[in-house]
Amino acid sequence: MTKINKLFKQELKIINMGLESFNENLKKQNIKTVHVDWKPPARGNEKMISLLDKLK
Amino acid sequence: MAVKYLIRENAYHDSVTLMIITREAKKIEGVNEVIVGMGTELNKELAGNLNLLTPELGKITPNDFFISLDSVYDNIAKKAFALVDELLSKKKVESEDYQPSTFESALKYMPDANLVLISLPGKYAAREVKKALLNDKHVMLFSDNVTLEEEIELKKLAKQRGLLMMGPDCGTAIINHVALAFANVIRKGPIGVVGASGTGIQEVTVMIDKLGSGISQAIGTGGRDLKAEVAGIMMIEGIKALQYDPLTEVIVLISKPPDKEVARKVLSILKEGTKPSVVYFIGGDPNMIKEYGSIPGLSLEDTAHKAVAITKGVTIEDFTGFTVTEIDKIIQGEANRLNEKQRYIRGLYTGGTLCDEAMIILSALVGDIYSNIPLKPEGKLSDINKSYRHSLIDLGDDEFTRGKPHPMIDPYVRQERILSEVKDREVAIILMDFVLGFGSHPDPVGTMIPYIQKARESAAQGGRYICMISSVCGTKTDPQGLIGQEKRLKEEGVIVMPSNAQAVRLAAEIVLFKEE
Repeated sequence: MTKINKLFKQELKIINMGLESFNENLKKQNIKTVHVDWKPPARGNEKMISLLDKLK
Repeated sequence: MAVKYLIRENAYHDSVTLMIITREAKKIEGVNEVIVGMGTELNKELAGNLNLLTPELGKITPNDFFISLDSVYDNIAKKAFALVDELLSKKKVESEDYQPSTFESALKYMPDANLVLISLPGKYAAREVKKALLNDKHVMLFSDNVTLEEEIELKKLAKQRGLLMMGPDCGTAIINHVALAFANVIRKGPIGVVGASGTGIQEVTVMIDKLGSGISQAIGTGGRDLKAEVAGIMMIEGIKALQYDPLTEVIVLISKPPDKEVARKVLSILKEGTKPSVVYFIGGDPNMIKEYGSIPGLSLEDTAHKAVAITKGVTIEDFTGFTVTEIDKIIQGEANRLNEKQRYIRGLYTGGTLCDEAMIILSALVGDIYSNIPLKPEGKLSDINKSYRHSLIDLGDDEFTRGKPHPMIDPYVRQERILSEVKDREVAIILMDFVLGFGSHPDPVGTMIPYIQKARESAAQGGRYICMISSVCGTKTDPQGLIGQEKRLKEEGVIVMPSNAQAVRLAAEIVLFKEE
């Protein structure tokens, strides 16, 4: 069985990154979620972000 | 001009929250213009356009929060800043749960998470998607502004690892009966959907529900999946998963006309399987679909009708008519209330694919249609804010939503537009969609009613009646409730049709009857 078909049989557990309203809507549907309090990495400095990515 | 501003470094809030707060702050008397946002290049440009950009604001970064407003009164500025703080803190109280600050820490907190829903600004999204896929998590990517190269790379990675990568720009999916982003509450049933269009999936799944059937899964792919470059990677993976899924009996595909080679590939995958399928390539050629043994849909509604007919084992027929009784009476009655000069239809759409579908149906019945998203280049409106002859407007298109919330979240752009449309003496019919479900405005009909009334009064002052036709894409079990929303439209004299296709057909029939 593929991972997608396995997913169809599981309870959804969701990490939400971005719009908080999407997380609220999931909670209204009694879905277990964790919302990430995201901020642009490296204060949004793109050169710094690509350097950080290379370091990892 | 008296610009007053406030900057908070390192205080991030999502764009939709801030766009809605901007609208609230603008309502304060004495505030001429206001922008509340993060210090992105786009927001700085928008602030500049409103003359609200100061040298200090020019220096801030995308994770610095700012408010900038024009008001001659200091106390008004204080009031606005306080209101913004109040709305933001209300948000915080609503979300008391632990909120980790990175994907990595979220993963530690919920190691058994199986799906990551990402709606971050596009330029940051791909790196987070990659992390999710490398950790064996399925992804739904709502964000747009993700490059085609990134999309291809991420989808290849997802395929290699056997994962879903729905998106980018994927607005709708229903996985295991959970509505993700913009989606309706649909009954469980035997129809599996894979779609490259958000409101296309919404309308088909809603119609399936209205016909008494239901869905197994609705997988979104994002609008570019069937382009030659992406080669339908996710649609093919989606089809394969539905072919293997014991709860799916019929497969439905929805997409704008795909690249021909990709269409052949997708259709041949369907042909290899044992399950019947209905395919609607919106405005595409139905013959190729038939050649591969699939059944072509003629509209979103017809697609739903055919899929349901297959599951019920009844004859599969084209549905291009009406399910409303005494339709001729409605057509004649409305046509007779219009004066001689009133002959044009103006469609004010919040759902992009619903607008596409409307243009296809309408152009076949009444001829040339003008739009901001035209079927043919010659149908492009020279000014998107000014309709011409029969015009159908997608108010959710980028040109209308730059720095503003999508009209399905906040339909204010349509409120103003309906008032300007009815001033045109040649306008006969206003056509509107109302999209319900999770993600959408909590009361889309309610936001329009005062403007529907104003529009009617304005036309009446000119001695004209305006025919208003709508369809509500929603179910009885949606958070907004279909029945209540429809009832309030009917109370305002707005004709409510059961589908977008029928609403468009009715508008055309009224215009044609008048011409006879």
